[in-house]
Amino acid sequence: MAGLMSRASMVVKAKFSKLLDHAENPAETLDYSYERQLELLQNVKRGIADVVTSKKRLELQETQLQQSVVKLETQAREALAAGREDLARQALERKSGLQQQLQGLDQQAQQLEQQQEKLVASEKALSAKVEAFRTQKETIKAQYSAAEAQVRIGEAATGIGEQMTDTGLAIQRAKDKTEQMQARASAIDELTTSGALEDFTSDQTQLDRELGALASKSQVDDELAKMKAEVGSGEKQKELQQ
Amino acid sequence: MIVRLMGEGQFDVDDEVAKGLNDLDEQAAQALEAGDEERLSELLRRMAEAVRMNGARMPDEHLDASDTIIPPDDLSLEEARRLFGDEGLIPDLPGA
Repeated sequence: MAGLMSRASMVVKAKFSKLLDHAENPAETLDYSYERQLELLQNVKRGIADVVTSKKRLELQETQLQQSVVKLETQAREALAAGREDLARQALERKSGLQQQLQGLDQQAQQLEQQQEKLVASEKALSAKVEAFRTQKETIKAQYSAAEAQVRIGEAATGIGEQMTDTGLAIQRAKDKTEQMQARASAIDELTTSGALEDFTSDQTQLDRELGALASKSQVDDELAKMKAEVGSGEKQKELQQ
Repeated sequence: MIVRLMGEGQFDVDDEVAKGLNDLDEQAAQALEAGDEERLSELLRRMAEAVRMNGARMPDEHLDASDTIIPPDDLSLEEARRLFGDEGLIPDLPGA
């Protein structure tokens, strides 16, 4: 059984020999390969930007859920003050469910953040590699005339071929990982928007309505009491004036 | 001896380190064979660490081919199978 190192070396060598054997104009092939690397790297950069956007959306949803938690807490107090323990219990139950969801969301956001940091770091390293490849290919092109390169590039360019293959693999893996993260971020996004994680801020629940009615009733009661007091004191003043 | 850490770069290591790498490599191949992802990652990580700690990093502009190549230390089992299998993990190079 061959070791992994020799197998990896074989795979890499096979990859670029195939390329160089078929290349009619090695200099052109190197240029084209460089362009292609730049292009793929751009895709990785765009992918990372998408992930950042998804993460921001996730954070926004977290903030909204946090606001809902505060709101439910207030509602529970109001309900209790109004002697509606049943409603207070409902509000607190929802609050606890919401807090659990928040925790899960927070963990996911943190994981996304860590993976994103790694991706950004590897994207930077890749940019440096692609730039190094550009320098290498210019060296090769300067060393050999086109005709000479045709013959000699096989041996002289083994190093650059290896670098090219390796950079290709690294970019491919960064691309795969970025796509995985995009899929994951959008899955979380989907989950929250489809209501699997219920959005408590937008939909008016039965609880909301009852508490709303209660709140407006108590507001009416308050205002009524205030008015009564005012009217009462007015009457008293009248009495005093008389 | 020039060793390439795939996706990272080339390092110059001495024979002693190379010998240690061969031992780890043999175990890594067994781990892959056994489908033991955790063990494979651990071994690949140890190999990469040995190279990073004891080797001299070659500049990216360096043009010589490596004597040997070590797969990425975060290679998953599925990626390893693709890398060494027919399907191939490395994208076809343009023009090939």
